[in-house]
Amino acid sequence: MYVAVKGGQKAITEAHKLLEETRRGDLSVPEISLAQIQNQMGLAVDRVQAEGSLYAPKLAALATKQAKGDLVEAIFLLRAARASLKRFGYSEPIETASMRARRRVSGTFKDIPGGQILGPTFDYTHRLLKRSLMDGGQAPPGGAPIPIAKGPGAQPGADGLGGELLGVATILEREGILETVGTAPEDGEPFDLTRQPLEVPLARPGRLQALARADEGFLLALAYSSQRGFGSVHPFVAELKLGPVELGFRAPELGMPITVGEIEVTECQTANQFKGGAGKPPMFTRGYGLTFGHNERKALSMAIVDRALRAGELGEAIKGPAQNPEFVLYHGDNVEASGFVSHIKLPHYVDFQAELSMLRAMRKKFNGSGGPPEPDDKDE
Amino acid sequence: MRQQRKNKPAEIPTASLEEGGSIDRILKSQNLSAKGPGEEYNFAYLDEDTKREIRRALLKAVAIPGYQVPFAGREMPMPYGWGTGGIQVSASIIGKDDVFKVIDQGSDDTTNAVSIRAFFETLTGVATTTETAEATIIQTRHRIPETPLAEGQIMVYQVPLPEAMRQLEPSEPETRSLHALFEYGLMYLKLYEDITKHKEITISYDYPVLVADRYAMSPSPIPRFDNPKLNDSKALHLFGAGRERRVYAIPPHTRVKSFDFNDHPFRVQGWENSCAICGATDSYLDEIVQDDRGGRMFVCSDSDHCQRRLRLASQPEAGPPERLASLGQEAQDRG
Repeated sequence: MYVAVKGGQKAITEAHKLLEETRRGDLSVPEISLAQIQNQMGLAVDRVQAEGSLYAPKLAALATKQAKGDLVEAIFLLRAARASLKRFGYSEPIETASMRARRRVSGTFKDIPGGQILGPTFDYTHRLLKRSLMDGGQAPPGGAPIPIAKGPGAQPGADGLGGELLGVATILEREGILETVGTAPEDGEPFDLTRQPLEVPLARPGRLQALARADEGFLLALAYSSQRGFGSVHPFVAELKLGPVELGFRAPELGMPITVGEIEVTECQTANQFKGGAGKPPMFTRGYGLTFGHNERKALSMAIVDRALRAGELGEAIKGPAQNPEFVLYHGDNVEASGFVSHIKLPHYVDFQAELSMLRAMRKKFNGSGGPPEPDDKDE
Repeated sequence: MRQQRKNKPAEIPTASLEEGGSIDRILKSQNLSAKGPGEEYNFAYLDEDTKREIRRALLKAVAIPGYQVPFAGREMPMPYGWGTGGIQVSASIIGKDDVFKVIDQGSDDTTNAVSIRAFFETLTGVATTTETAEATIIQTRHRIPETPLAEGQIMVYQVPLPEAMRQLEPSEPETRSLHALFEYGLMYLKLYEDITKHKEITISYDYPVLVADRYAMSPSPIPRFDNPKLNDSKALHLFGAGRERRVYAIPPHTRVKSFDFNDHPFRVQGWENSCAICGATDSYLDEIVQDDRGGRMFVCSDSDHCQRRLRLASQPEAGPPERLASLGQEAQDRG
């Protein structure tokens, strides 16, 4: 009888069959295709790519399908697939200034060079359930990325998307009121969180990598807590944009970078109030967020948390969890967190047995002595 | 009990930029989206560079017994908490001639042990066994086998929280300093407080040890019953913590001492019962609840140890009476 508790091969096999059965659901309903997921659940695919740290829309769609729509599970599937891939090298840094933006907004200036482009956003929709989507079948009306206010210097590309746009951060930087960022070293490999262990203190490149693959909900809550006063960062969105960028790779045989493809990213740059300190004059300081695909909530949250994590560097008082690198970096990864929280489902017979015999021995002593050995045991 | 090789090891996939260019092509060349596991992955899942990187960390760990060596853990296709650290260590050291054993809670038949064993069977094709004495590598969660380990054997532990001082000091930089300074006062204070409050040390598993008189180390959540097996062991003990990205080691014949006081020496758990199947009085016992009226039975947590004792007790030549297995089959047949 007890051996059944220990499961074994047969139970696992049957469980996997049941899982597959529930994944597929009612056979009279047509099976969902990867193309359908990629096209009609694009934001889910984008989140899986971003937190899965692998730009592979088709595999992300497959993971989403296999995970029955559980995105954290899908992210895990993609991470595991990623871990089995050989590393060929590092791409050239992407140039987001050359992004052909499908969407680009700024919260700091009404009009910016190149204009604000609203693009495909939920922002100004009324959140009313569209009953017309229940049956489907209708072709949606087309739209165009029309600038809200077309500023000077906009150069639409061949596909109607904007050409090179002068970044809002650059404008502020030229005026000297936004801190400048250092330039990347010309040679040498970048820090790589997937090839080097996470250790605190961690320099900003490593922190940004950790945030880029961190759980969206976790970052959202941290960003929110910081806005509500647990280590306030007073952020303004200098620029939030979405669009494809070219990916360059310097193959050793060629000696020069070649374009190997295009990826879509969401980038958010924030400007944050800074009253001066740690040898720096009053100025705006930066927060930075970048994700694969279309992921505005994540990019914004990331930029806020990035800035919050710079509290130590900027000599600010550390008052909230969002400013504590160890707290943020060690707990933001949902593959790690989900695994460790869930693992208590696994058998712990041995440890529980150890606790049982310990507890029984202690109770025996307790009952024998007629009371607790010490009156104030509350804090144990 | 030994399973012969079933699959030939997977070919090492190759893909290069000359052949393709785009990431999609590279993925395609590794058939990542097409076939089932074993057909497209490298021997033991991880690529050779990664395995070498982990082996280098392990060499450092062996050179500094008990010291936690950071390594860049990879996502494995099992969740964190399911033994990804141990799996990565096993994947890095396993070779085609190894004989692999996996236990969880002491048993080869617990679901997670079955799953990990199947993973290595598929991705390496190496022989597996349930017999402690036959195995060259034993991956474990929460137990050390009762059968004494021999020279040449390697124990691989799945470690959830590698930092022995973590419950006393939450910050990682702080605990690293404590190790560097050989400052374990907090640990002794905790034990002292336990004794003054409870008249004994209340850590029943994952009981910290001092390795080679230098580093405080978590032995992983083995019951403290198993701690003495680590001292002067003939085997090599490797510990892998995947989520926390640490490996550490106890080389053969290393002094491993459980933290205690001279006037409160370390002691292990004991039972008033013996194993209901094999009658063992000196093994770690699992407690089985038999009914809703408080009925209990106790059986060996180490299922191989239990079967071996049964075998020896009956006829050694006639082969093992598969009593455990048949009991299990009956239970499953009854639903």
